[in-house]
Amino acid sequence: MKLLKLVPDNTNIGFLQWRLPFYIVSLLLISGSWALVLTNGLNLGVDFVGGQMIRVTFVGQPEVPVAKMRKEISALGYGDPIIQSYGGSNQAAIRVKLPAGSEQKPDLANTMTSKIVDTLKADHPKIRIDGIDSVSGKVSSELFSKGLMALGFAMVAISIYIWIRFEWQFGVGALFALFHDTSLTLGFFALTQLEFDLNIVAAILTIIGYSLNDTIVVYDRIRENLKKYRKMPLPELLDLSVNETLARTVMTSLTLLIALIPLLIFGPASLFGLAAAITLGIFIGTYSSIYMAAPILIWMGVKSDSFVPTETREDRQERLAREGGARP
Amino acid sequence: MLDFPRWKKLWLWGLVLFVSVASLPTIVSLSGGQWPASLPSPKVNLGLDLAGGSQILLEADPHQIVTQKLETMEESVRTKLRQASPAVRIGDISTKDDKLSFMVSSPADVDRARELLTPLINGAGLTRDWTLSVVDETRIVLTPTPESLAKGLDQAMDSAKDVIDRRINAIGTLEPTIIRQDTDRIVVQAPGQQNPEALKKLIGQTAKLEFKLVDMNALPSDVAAGKAPPGSEILPYASSSRFAGQSIAVRRLGGIKGDNLTNAQQGFDQQTNEPVVNITFDQQGADKFARLTTENVNKPFAIILDGKVLSAPNINEPIRGGQAQIAGGFTVDSANELAIALRSGALPVDLKVIEQRTVNPELGKDSIRSGLIALGVGTGLILLFMLVTYGRFGFYADGALVLNVLMILGVMAVLNATLTLPGLAGFVLTIGAAVDANVLINERIREERRRGRRVLQAVETGYKEASRAIYDANITNVIAATLLFLFGQGPVKGFAVVLVIGVITSVFTAVTITRMWVAGWLRRHRPSEIHI
Repeated sequence: MKLLKLVPDNTNIGFLQWRLPFYIVSLLLISGSWALVLTNGLNLGVDFVGGQMIRVTFVGQPEVPVAKMRKEISALGYGDPIIQSYGGSNQAAIRVKLPAGSEQKPDLANTMTSKIVDTLKADHPKIRIDGIDSVSGKVSSELFSKGLMALGFAMVAISIYIWIRFEWQFGVGALFALFHDTSLTLGFFALTQLEFDLNIVAAILTIIGYSLNDTIVVYDRIRENLKKYRKMPLPELLDLSVNETLARTVMTSLTLLIALIPLLIFGPASLFGLAAAITLGIFIGTYSSIYMAAPILIWMGVKSDSFVPTETREDRQERLAREGGARP
Repeated sequence: MLDFPRWKKLWLWGLVLFVSVASLPTIVSLSGGQWPASLPSPKVNLGLDLAGGSQILLEADPHQIVTQKLETMEESVRTKLRQASPAVRIGDISTKDDKLSFMVSSPADVDRARELLTPLINGAGLTRDWTLSVVDETRIVLTPTPESLAKGLDQAMDSAKDVIDRRINAIGTLEPTIIRQDTDRIVVQAPGQQNPEALKKLIGQTAKLEFKLVDMNALPSDVAAGKAPPGSEILPYASSSRFAGQSIAVRRLGGIKGDNLTNAQQGFDQQTNEPVVNITFDQQGADKFARLTTENVNKPFAIILDGKVLSAPNINEPIRGGQAQIAGGFTVDSANELAIALRSGALPVDLKVIEQRTVNPELGKDSIRSGLIALGVGTGLILLFMLVTYGRFGFYADGALVLNVLMILGVMAVLNATLTLPGLAGFVLTIGAAVDANVLINERIREERRRGRRVLQAVETGYKEASRAIYDANITNVIAATLLFLFGQGPVKGFAVVLVIGVITSVFTAVTITRMWVAGWLRRHRPSEIHI
């Protein structure tokens, strides 16, 4: 049986010759993402801004009476609800944000939820409440700061690990690639206005983890080749390393996609955002390990002897003895 | 690389077998079957988002602890100084700004007061619960120490947890989890409970019952304006009461608290037939109650629940025997609720619901089903993909992947971990990533073969060289997942747990187990050519 080979043997693609234009594009994308985040903002879910999200199903009805429901909830005086489709056509997620300045009223979210649920149940006897999330302003701001802290600490901790295992230039490179991935993902959420909740923070941390997988596999090969080909110019060596690991990169990204696409199609509706974020992250992460994490090593001045261990006298004698023995 | 001693093989197979067997009860119950009760069944718990149920997060107001401490201290100080001989006369008592301050008549009394109060301000052991300072020569200021406040809050939260436990047990049918979180929070999880309102009603009521004398000297105009005469406080009537919307002045100190109850039952008033709550005091409470009612016959006293006046009946005759009746416009249900709350004790602090999450069990079931479909389809495709790409080596990788799934479930079952909805996503993701190690190894073997190495050497180099990248890459994943666990909350924690376990088991199965298989095959057949 002939085995499948997605990437031909001995590829020799000149990835690094495009490093400058790609860097410019990426820097533009990063700034664009942040500009979007700052101007458009993220569509923060109740986890982060407080308020409630109530998921309902209208049993035996073809559609959600959106307009009627909006009127009923608005009449309660907590502001206009955001009604999104959720799962089937007779299912909806209703979000009402906490009014500004409600941090001092810890039970406001709770009272709001009770009133909205009571109203919905009274006006629609056939409604089924599938889920309620009600978060007070205090908890939501805590969740937000903890989420940001988790992201920040993860980036720093991972970079330190890489710095210890490789060289400082590699740590900086990894940190930059992580910053790139996180920025672009945030930009994506600012652009699409998909809901940004705790699950998405989990998704971003996962993206960070797997983008690093790629980066480390490439870095590991660079380290190996630096020891092996001491005279090779760095850009050439980076190209070689990326080419050598290309088959693995493509294969792994594919298996991840194979796992994720069923999750996007068949998985529970509430995991759509998470799955979408990770799917996007796989593409961004693979790209950044090749075009962001590798070229930066050139500009940071990685030298070919970075990983050559300094030889002690004993080692040298031992090596000479061994080589002498091998070659009669 | 071919060298796999027998003990190592036995050990590896034993471990694999153990965790795989441990995963069986979970697999059977997830697929809708019934695991025989006679067999041991370590099972993966389903999070509330998959099992359905309610979770509420309650937070105490730590400031209440200060207020309570000040109130108790005020009573103690008054009693102590009055009972001394000769009595120390004090005046201008205030409990503002979280401190208790009062004046004594002359500087000479300060030293005596200090001496008398020493036993009150010292805590157990060498700790000091209050600091005493003197300002303007005759004013004594008592401030609770931060340590004693922290201890007070800690004790209050512990007993609040017990109270909640008793209240939930009183209605039966639930298997709740009640956990203290941080310093001032309690999480209540009730699987299967779909109606968070009932849960909140049951828990949210402080059920602090007090009996205080009505201040008959207060001017109605002052009461209406909310101005309390010295030594009194203005309290509103409860909304269920006949006088809802009005207020009443009651004496601040000298009342009775509901701490000494032994029983509370819903009943009916014999004359009006309206629902009431019958309460019974213990000996100490009965004595206090008898004394208060004897001394104040023909005066009204207020029955106060959670700071609201239920009713203010006249004391017609001294009440001895420790039995009393609480009326106040109840329905049978609300009287019953109050009886349960009183029986299980008052919450030492008010608790407010600051977060609530509820999932309908139907939705949970749908999520599990769609999650499992996604998992099944994804796994199937990956198994096929690995097989067509790497042939025999892909087959080994597939075996490792299946073992990995069983191991994750088994390890989670043994650790009694909880599977949440994002955890399910983490699971799917781990499956996608689990083959990465084998991809790295197999690609390396391909490469080494291309460079002309012999089969055995190529396989050996493949495993050796790839391992370094595999470990480095997976440790960074563990770092990310650990931080997710530390800072994440609820379901996200569940995601992190699955990720960490998945990373560890996948490295184990993909590197160690497949190497054992590959080594066994190579040794038996000594092939000079491999298909990879």
